[in-house]
Amino acid sequence: MTVLATPDKTGSGFPLGFDAILDPSPLQYLDEHGALSGALRDDAPELDPKELLATWRAMVIGRRFDVQATTMVRQGRLAVYPSSFGQEACEIGAILALRPTDWFFPTYRDCVSMVTRGIDPVETLTLLRGDWHCGYDPQHWRTAPQCTPLATQAPHATGVALAAKLAGDATVALAFCGDGGTSEGDFHEALNFAAVYQAPAIFFVQNNQYAISVPLAKQTHAAALAHKAVGYGMAGVRVDGNDVIAVRRAVSEAAERARAGQGPTLIEAVTYRMQAHTNADDATRYRDESEVEYWKARDPLARLETYLKASGLLTEDVVAEANQAAEELAADMRTRLGEEPEVDHRDMFAHVYAEPTPQLLEQAAALQAEIDAESEAGR
Amino acid sequence: MTATLDGAKTQGAEVREISLAQAVNRALRDAMTADEKVVVFGEDVGVLGGVFRVTDGLTRDFGENRCFDTPLAEAGIMGTAIGMAMYGFRPVVEMQFDAFSYPAFEQIASHLAKMRNRTRGRLPLPVVVRVPYGGGIGGVEHHSDSSEGYFVSTPGLHVVTPATVSDAYTLLRAAIESDDPVIFMEPKRLYWSKDQLTTSGPEIGKAAVRRQGTDATLIAYGPTVQTALEAAEAGAAEGYDLEVVDLRSLVPFDDETVTASVRKTGRAVVIHEAVGFGGTGAEIAARVSERCFHWLEAPVRRVTGFDIPYPPPKLERHHLPSVDRILDAVASLQWEDR
Ligand SMILES: Cc1ncc(C[n+]2csc(CCOP(=O)(O)OP(=O)(O)O)c2C)c(N)n1
Repeated sequence: MTVLATPDKTGSGFPLGFDAILDPSPLQYLDEHGALSGALRDDAPELDPKELLATWRAMVIGRRFDVQATTMVRQGRLAVYPSSFGQEACEIGAILALRPTDWFFPTYRDCVSMVTRGIDPVETLTLLRGDWHCGYDPQHWRTAPQCTPLATQAPHATGVALAAKLAGDATVALAFCGDGGTSEGDFHEALNFAAVYQAPAIFFVQNNQYAISVPLAKQTHAAALAHKAVGYGMAGVRVDGNDVIAVRRAVSEAAERARAGQGPTLIEAVTYRMQAHTNADDATRYRDESEVEYWKARDPLARLETYLKASGLLTEDVVAEANQAAEELAADMRTRLGEEPEVDHRDMFAHVYAEPTPQLLEQAAALQAEIDAESEAGR
Repeated sequence: MTATLDGAKTQGAEVREISLAQAVNRALRDAMTADEKVVVFGEDVGVLGGVFRVTDGLTRDFGENRCFDTPLAEAGIMGTAIGMAMYGFRPVVEMQFDAFSYPAFEQIASHLAKMRNRTRGRLPLPVVVRVPYGGGIGGVEHHSDSSEGYFVSTPGLHVVTPATVSDAYTLLRAAIESDDPVIFMEPKRLYWSKDQLTTSGPEIGKAAVRRQGTDATLIAYGPTVQTALEAAEAGAAEGYDLEVVDLRSLVPFDDETVTASVRKTGRAVVIHEAVGFGGTGAEIAARVSERCFHWLEAPVRRVTGFDIPYPPPKLERHHLPSVDRILDAVASLQWEDR
């Protein structure tokens, strides 16, 4: 695999020549036609059919989740939904490469990863429905609250990774980030710290080409985002972000390196945001339909499906079971997100401090009195 | 000539109504036309025209050198604006949402605000920072903060916040002409409110009396001006004749207008969305008490957001100052005759 700038234990520095380090062509196993590409043909025995089928199933379910959430935002059941349609290879490939004990730092766009991790879809969507800022138990799921300020979660991943290392645990921390987020100062500070402390962290950039309306070319002048690893002295990998096999492999290997004490990795996954930024965005203002068409032909789910069909792994039973699971999830979302959420106004005051201040208790009581008076007045 | 919320025709007013967002756009255009040193930049301000379309068409009409998209880096935006201002430009930058100005805070607090002072006046920084702020639009967390408190307690910054279409225009023109940095707080909830535009208006530092009254003064700014006016209307039905002062400028602060109003009415309620504790309203209440003590019939009251992180959309109605809460505060102002 094209690992950029992995420090070599034998002391020769970087295992690859400088040209190779700067080669921006992404690692790929499955090409856009669903055929094995060069890298994997040499490596074929390592493909585990069970793993491939489980990955495909998760992608079917993840995509159904995304489509259902998008529908529910149109129906006014969600306040906002940033879709990751077309980014399933990243969302799912990366998360399936982690152990349940590893920590995950998602952004607003990464609901599909969270559902793949096992988090309840409604808890996943709590933030975007507007009930509360985080709907799940981060400790239980080893998943931080979805981060809205860009790249600000990356230093937290460094911190968790460093702590795990100091505690002697085999835990890895993986932070997601968009291509735009790589411009933020926090991103760079997180990478630098992680490299300096050789923290077992993985920074996974979903380069989906746009930060709202701003294309990658206006975000960076570097030939590849993975190159940024070089400056920090950490491993950098560029993968085809629509090739789930490549993504899963890249993350697995980064996690192995991290667990082996070889420090952090920056992974750039080259993908595309098929939908608008959110429902509030008008993507026709800044991109052509032809570009979207180009990427449609590189769909990550179709690609794996073609391969699995050609290799005879995708039997009718397997397809039927996955589709049914996806439809059940969607039906459950429709029912439960269709209900008016129960929100408790007391939560506003209950979770500001471990013990509410006297001032907060006063304010909570005043609000309660207001609400009681309103309900008495029949409003 | 000052604007009026009810759209009363003033000199130079157009008949067509425009939105507050369009008024900001118009001010940027007119300033860019008048002075080629005025440049606009920030996240998505170019082709997209900003997420609220405030900068719509500026890149098309003035070119990429005058209005451009930046990488996603608020500290970078702010620091670059400082450097450009040092070289004679007049940057107007956008922070996409209130809470996303926090990554820029080092540049704002340590440099933007202090450069004139540090250099004994030799390096003024004519920078305008546009910050859409406040809640009530159902945004998820970090999209509804009222961050003015941080700015007003940072000496060296002017902090301005319009509540009307005309003020949005005139105050932004004044901000761009100012040789000092101005934090221009845009109440995003009012972006779509419409009115006729008057292009001549006050200098920075002047409050406006939006409604005359004799019983108590409601002191508001930005998004709460509208709420205060609604409360005054509702209060009239309950027999209160309420005056509404729109501060427009938090720094500098118009003690004169506020003091005159409170001395006339003898009672005051300060209203803002930001948290109350240590907030802007505390400063205003203290100033009013200092200047109007002998005229006051009751302590100055505040109606503010609770002292909590901004709540999720489903709960924000409980948090934001409401007409009822304002009228409750008015009712508590020690009326002997009621
Ligand atoms: C610090 C900060 N600044 C600005 C924003 C507003 N904002 C939200 S999403 C976004 C674009 C992010 O693009 P990218 O990092 O590429 O991720 P993507 O949305 O494409 O997944 C912007 C500018 C923000 N959330 N945080």
